[in-house]
Formats: sequence, C-alpha cells, structure tokens
Amino acid sequence: MDTAQGYVLVTALALPLLAAGVLLFVPGSQKMMARYFSAVIGAILLGLSVYVFLAYQAGGDVLQMQLRWAWIENVGFLGENGISLHLGVDGISALLTLLTGVVAFAGTLIAWKLEYRAKDFFILFWILIAGVYGTFFALDLFFFFFFYELAVVPLYMLIGIWGSTRKEYGAMKLTLMLVGGSVGIWIGIFAVVHEAGLGTFDLPTLWEAGQNGLISAETQKIIFPFFAVGCGVLAGLWPLHTWSPDGHMSAPTSVSMVHAGVLMKLGAFGIIRLGIQILPEGAEFWMPALLVLGTIGALYGAIAALTQRDFKLISGYSSVSHMGYVLIGLATLHEVGVSGAALQMFSHGVMTALVFLLIGALYDQAHTRDLSDFGGVAKVMPLWVIAYVVAGLANVGLPGLSGFTAEFHIFVGAFRTYPVFGGLAILAAAIAAAYMLRMFGVVFFGPLNPRWKDLKDLSPLETISAALLILSMLAMGLWWSPFTDRLANTVTSLPGVIS
Amino acid sequence: MRDFTLFIPEFIAISGAIAILAAELIWPKIRKDYLAYATAAGALGWLIAAIPYIGDTAGDFEGVLLTDDFTTYFRILAAGIVMAIALISAHYMRDRTSTAGEYYGLLLVAGTGMVLMAASRELLTAYMSLELLSFSLYILVGYFKRDRLSNEASLKYILLGAFSSAMLLYGISLIYGVTGTTSYEGIAEALAAREGGTDAATVVGIMLIVAGVGFKVSAAPFHMWAPDAYQGAPLPITAFLSTASKAAGFALILRLFTGALVVDAVEWRAVIAALAAITMTAGNLLAIQQTNLKRLVAYSSIGQVGYMLVAIAAIGYGDAATAESASSALLLHIVGYTVSTLALFTALTAHYNRTGDDSIAGLRGLAETQPFLALVITASLFSFAGLPFFAGFATKLLLFQASTTEGLLWLVGLAAANSFVSLYYYLMVMRQMYLFDPPEGQTRFRPSPLLGALAGLLLLGVLFIGVYPQPAFEATDRAASALFEVSASGLIRLP
Repeated sequence: MDTAQGYVLVTALALPLLAAGVLLFVPGSQKMMARYFSAVIGAILLGLSVYVFLAYQAGGDVLQMQLRWAWIENVGFLGENGISLHLGVDGISALLTLLTGVVAFAGTLIAWKLEYRAKDFFILFWILIAGVYGTFFALDLFFFFFFYELAVVPLYMLIGIWGSTRKEYGAMKLTLMLVGGSVGIWIGIFAVVHEAGLGTFDLPTLWEAGQNGLISAETQKIIFPFFAVGCGVLAGLWPLHTWSPDGHMSAPTSVSMVHAGVLMKLGAFGIIRLGIQILPEGAEFWMPALLVLGTIGALYGAIAALTQRDFKLISGYSSVSHMGYVLIGLATLHEVGVSGAALQMFSHGVMTALVFLLIGALYDQAHTRDLSDFGGVAKVMPLWVIAYVVAGLANVGLPGLSGFTAEFHIFVGAFRTYPVFGGLAILAAAIAAAYMLRMFGVVFFGPLNPRWKDLKDLSPLETISAALLILSMLAMGLWWSPFTDRLANTVTSLPGVIS
Repeated sequence: MRDFTLFIPEFIAISGAIAILAAELIWPKIRKDYLAYATAAGALGWLIAAIPYIGDTAGDFEGVLLTDDFTTYFRILAAGIVMAIALISAHYMRDRTSTAGEYYGLLLVAGTGMVLMAASRELLTAYMSLELLSFSLYILVGYFKRDRLSNEASLKYILLGAFSSAMLLYGISLIYGVTGTTSYEGIAEALAAREGGTDAATVVGIMLIVAGVGFKVSAAPFHMWAPDAYQGAPLPITAFLSTASKAAGFALILRLFTGALVVDAVEWRAVIAALAAITMTAGNLLAIQQTNLKRLVAYSSIGQVGYMLVAIAAIGYGDAATAESASSALLLHIVGYTVSTLALFTALTAHYNRTGDDSIAGLRGLAETQPFLALVITASLFSFAGLPFFAGFATKLLLFQASTTEGLLWLVGLAAANSFVSLYYYLMVMRQMYLFDPPEGQTRFRPSPLLGALAGLLLLGVLFIGVYPQPAFEATDRAASALFEVSASGLIRLP
C-alpha cells in the first residue's frame, strides 16, 4: 500500500519540525538567517502542498498517497497495526493541504517584520505548521490527536509573547478553551477504540467498524457529541466561539493569519474525520443540532461584527460567522452541502488570512485598530485598499471570487435539505455585506484624517503575500472544477451523505 | 533451597551503602561530591548486575520473594532513580552539609527497599520492605537538622507514616485471621475457596490495607503529609519522594492486588475508583493555588497518583486481559512519569543552586537567563500535562485507553478532564519563564556541566518515550505478564 507519493507527505510533515529543530541551534541574534531560512522552508512547503493538491487524482481512490510505518504494535492491548504512522490524503485534506501551504508561506513573509525574539517565533510557528499538516495527513487516531494537540499548544506562547491588546488574557483563554475541547476528543477516542475492541487506532479500520455496526448505533449517539463539541470549539462553534474574538485580537499578525486561516479548519475537519466517518449513525442523529448551532453562529457572528469598532474583532466575529457556514454545510449531510463546507474552509482560510495581513499592515503603522479613527485611507494606501476590497467582496460572496463558489454550494445543499436554514444562512450573508460596506465607507473613503497622511502602502513582502492569497481566491472563484472534482469522490464516499 | 544468587544486584547496592558510610567514617574530610559519584557508580553497578536477570526464569526465594521480570523492571528503575538522584545531589549537598555519608548510604538502602517491595509475595515481607523504604525516607526528609521546615516535614511524615503502618498491619492481621496465611497465593486460594459470601473481617482488612498503601503513595484523602514533606525535604529528596516512593508503592499494590486480592475485586474496586477520582481532582485543584514550586510538584504528583490508580481500578473491573494490559500501561506510565520528574528536578536543582529560590515567581525570566533549563522544565511540565512529543502524551493516552472498561468510562473521562486542569497551572509556571523579563541584576548563567548533561540526557529520555514508546512498552509488557504468570498458577479469576 505504501506509495512513493507518501514520502511527499512525510517530507511536508518532517520539514517544519526539522526547521524548528535547526532554528533551535541558531543564535538568537541571527535574525536575518532565521528569516531567510524560514522563507525558504515556507516556499518548499508551498511547492509540496501544491504538488499534493495537483497530484491528487480527481477520479481515483478516495485515499491516495498512503504510507504506513508501524509504530507501536503487538504490545499491551495493541494488536497488529495498533498505532502506526499512517499517512494519506483524501479530496478534502488535499484541498486543506494546499490551503496550509499558501497561508503558511504568506505568514512566513509577514513575520519578517518581527524584531523581538524572531528566532523563537519561527520555532513555534513551524511546530504549529507541522501539527496542522500532521492532522490533515494522519490516518491513525493516535497521530491525529498527537498533531491536533501539537497545533494548538504553541499558540499560548505565540500569542502570549508576541501578541498585543490583553495578550495574556487572550492567550490563556484561547489555550484553555481549545485544550478543554480536546479533552472531549480524548474521551471520544477512548470510547471509540474501546467499543471497536480491535486493539488498533488505525482510522480506516475504525471507519469500517463504525459503518458495519461494530460500534453500535446507541454508542455512536453517545460518543458523537464529544467529538463534535471537542472539535467544534476549534471550529468556532457557537456558543463555544468566545475565544475567537479575544484570541484574534491579541494574536500577532502572522499567527492570526494561520490561526483563523488554517487552525479553525482543523476543528471542522475533525468533525468530518472523527464524527461523520467513525460515527455515521451518531452524526445522522446529531446533525440537526449542529445545523441549528451553525446557523446561530453564522447569524450571531455577522450581527456581532456589525456592531464592532475594532478591525480584528470584526474579523474575529466574521470568522465565527463563516465557520458557521461550514457547519451548516456539514450538517446538511448532502453531497453539495458538504462539498460547499470543504470549499468554504479553503475560501475562508485564504480570505481571512488576507484580512488579518492587511489589518496587521495598518496596525503596525497606526497603532490603533479603531474604525472611527480612520477615514480616506484610499488616498494614501491604494494597494492596501484594493486588497481589502477584494477580501471584503470574497467575504460577501461576490461571484468570481472563492466566497461565492463556496457559499453557493452551501446554500444549494441547505435548500435541498433544510430550506428554512438555507434562508437564514443567506440572511447572514446579507448582514455580512452590511458590515463590510460599513467598514469600506468609514475607513477607505471620506475625508483623509491628516494624522494618517504619512501611512505607507503595502511593503513588497506584504504585496507578494497578498497577491498569493488573492490569486487563490480568484482561482477558486473563476475556475472551480479542479477543486470540486477533487472533492466529489471523497464527499460521496462519506457515510450517510446523500446526493 | 536458599538461592542467594537471586539477589546479587541488591547485595551490590547494600555493599555500596556500607562502603560509603564507612568511607566517611574513615576520611571525614572527604569531598562530599565524591560520595555522590561513588553512590552513582554503585547504582550503576547495581543496574548492570540486574541486566542478566531480564527474561531469566523466575526465581523463588523461600516463597517470600520472587525475582521475575516484574522485579527486574523495578530493579532497573530503582537503580536508575538512585543514580540520577545521587548526581543531582552532588553539588547541592556539598554546599549545604558537612556530613553526607548517611544521606548517600540511605539512598541506596531506600532503593533496595523499593526492589524488595516489588519482589515480595507475602504480606509481612512486603510490610518490612515498605518500612525499610519508609524509615530511610523519614531520615532523608529531615536531613537538614538545623532547618525548621525540614524538621517539621520529617516529624509530620513520621507521625502519619507510623499511623498508616499501624493501619496496614491491622489490615494484614485481619486478612491473616480470615485466610490463615500471609502468602499472596495462599490468600487468593483461601478467598476463592470460601463458601457463602464475604465476611466483614475481609472487607475491613482490605480497606485498612488500601488506606495503608494509599498513604504511602499519597492518595487523597491520605495525602496530607505530602506537600509539607515535599517542601521541607532537600530538593533532590523531593524528587526521590515523588519518583521512587510512588513507584515502589505501586509495585507493592500491583503484586498484592493482582496476586492476592483480585479474587475479591468486587469488594475493593469501587473504593479504588473513588480513591482515584478524589485523588486526581484534589491534587489538581489544590495545585492551582500554590506559589511554591515544591508544593506545586507535590500536588501535581498527587494528581498523577490519581491517574495511576485508574489502572488499579481497571484491574478490579476488567477481565484478565484488561487487567494485564492496564498493568503494563501503568508500568509504562510510571517510567514516563519518573523520567519527566527527574528531568524537572535536575533543572530545578541547577536553578536552585544558583538562586536559592524555590518559589514559582523565582523562575521569572529563566528563558532569558538560562534557556536550556527553561526548555527542560517546560518539557517535563508538558510531559505531565500530556502534550505531544513528550513522554506523558503517549504514556497517559495508553494508560487511560488500557484502563477503559465497562463501568469505568466515567473515571477515564474525569482523568482526561483533570489533565486539562493541570495544564492551567503548568502554564502558570511557563508564563513566569517565557512571558516576563528576568528581574534586575539577573544575568545569563551556565548550569554546572554535570547537571546540564544529566538534564540533557533525561530530556532525550522524555522525548524518546514520547515519540517512540515501543521499546519501553515491550519491556513493561514483559514485566506485567510476569505478574500474571504467577497469579495464573493457583488463582481463580473473576468471570
């Protein structure tokens, strides 16, 4: 079963860890070295991620590029293949791998500006990225959880050391809520492995156990909420989203980008991997509840964003709203809806990374993020405004940008299954238009506040990052078949998904 | 036949102890750190002598002691712990005392007590081995005789320890009264052959034994002595208390409960489960409020004991296969916990030797002044919390997974939740090291090469067990199956 392509996954997983290990031995004063080194690593990872996405065959097997290395087996309660480093991607994780590559590279370039303990920052940053790749690649429950935790933990220090506004509070709240969520996942893992009774953590084996009745329907209904809520915390599931605005407000720019852009997707991805795939009966039973919570999240996030004055809080709440769409899409358990959820993960990932990039570029100069302090910024920062408008329009769902593709799929899926909720989701999109346009009006246009006449436009590095992210949005918006084709087989193979 | 060759490693340890005591008598002016190196060398010899016993056929000594893979496992663990503690103590003791012979001699004696506890298959031998360890610890805890905290710690420990020994003895006498024997196998047979349900004497006897050993491993509500003893004891002895003393307690519990009392599992399993729940919750909640590092570690180790008791409860609730895999996972967790604790204390001692401050706030800015020590402390705390790449992640996950059986899922869930609580106070320590700048006047320093190298070595151990636990798990699996081979002979297991 081992494939040569599996080594690409191993490389993508090992490279950031290796980078962190190497940086550990670089003297702290060698900032430029750490930066160039990280940029090179980021570029290689971007290349590998693009390769993984393109090499994933749209019509082929669901799981591709598999590789299995025995890790712990035939000892204690573990049988054959008890715990193995089993890697592979399906359509959804291939797409999210691409997202990780793009956002991580953009984040690396943005972190260039960082002066304070720059080397330490990159060490933690690469550990986090390794955790993200690992979670997307893992086909073993043990390693899934391993990498999931690995992605969450560095955030405490990344935010606590390099953050801004109330950083300690934000860091602690975020860490405790996310790790609290993973306690739920942990309990779910114990229950699943015990119920299956196969002495293995291998995910495909456990998926089979869940689908052929080895884990009874009753048990599945009990366990599913542990996974759904546990992963849901990271996915910004209402009412457990409260870490998101605080955490995003405190986080440094590149961490916000990776966090909102990629990490929140781990949560939704976990609901698919653990919830839907291991516990199809449980998923079917609980999905209406998830649908309601997702819809509330979408509406609540949008309305909350409407009332905020801080750029980052607006984006934090808007992320809650957009992740609400993802949950709606998943909860439909409909082919189109679930594809939409996967597309939305990508779309929101690149879009929100761009937004946080731009907020960071402004904040670094202005040292304020209050909307009402600004006005007429378009006159001094044209590039910045153009990029922000593109991100905002993608956020609203303008055709031609990724947001449209994704949200359209979700709405179609919702209308085919739960029309009322489809309507509510569209309402949330309308509110999104309101808060975006309000922001455009206040900040970009109107008379220029003389205090800001010296603001500089995007630096070359920021421009490259922004261009990369905008390119991704355009690609999905204009020519989405490479994306949807790769998702099709995977989505229909998910148990319980209707077409 | 009395086969004395079964205990060659322990003879080496005890000879070492006597030699060190004698050395200081003969040369009172001997440099105290030389005694530490001699102790470490003795422990190394002990460890090397134990290696041929791995996989050897089980040797029976007069029906009271047994050397099998289970004993050998604790032999290697005990020798390793003593070696590490001796090296940690070297500079610490040299700077603080003028007589250290008894200190190092007793370390070796205590380690021998630990091995005998694992080897005992008879109640009185087990009791005497336990007292051998306890008495050594009473002295070691109060070793700084001019220090009031150290005195208070020792006194509290002795009084409560004597009380718990009395309970244990009374429990033993009741069990003997019911079964007419003190040998584990004999007890198991007598309990199984009994007609017409359990009598009150057995239940009370078992409860008293549970309370007695519960005290030794500092399970709540018998944990009151631990924080004070930990705080007052010399820093390396705090490490010894939280590793050797706990591991030895669990060695005794495992042998006793799987060998003798498993027949009556219905009587004690709920009590152990409740004890586990109370212990982990109390330990972790009380740890949050601590400002002193030693007390924090004391409470956090009480929390860890709670996790370990989950496996003992699983032995009572599960079938034979569950019991064996839970024991094996418990032994693995003990290794992970021991290595992490030793790494933590190596770093703390290096820090303490420099600053003399054992408060949490004293670690302020350590990431600036000594990044390597900060890294080691972080790694071991994260290992306790069960975060990936560190020993605790794998061992705790395997421990809880192996202990998951019908009727015990709630406890495993509680353990996972407790693990989350513990992360909070570990982060509070991390916060001091990484988020704040060092206080005025603190400059970068280097730890002594000895402690630096030891910390590095233990850090590698923490990472190795966390990333690739297979070899350690295989070893503990052998030890656990030895435990069940013995009990399989004359034992009727519960359906």
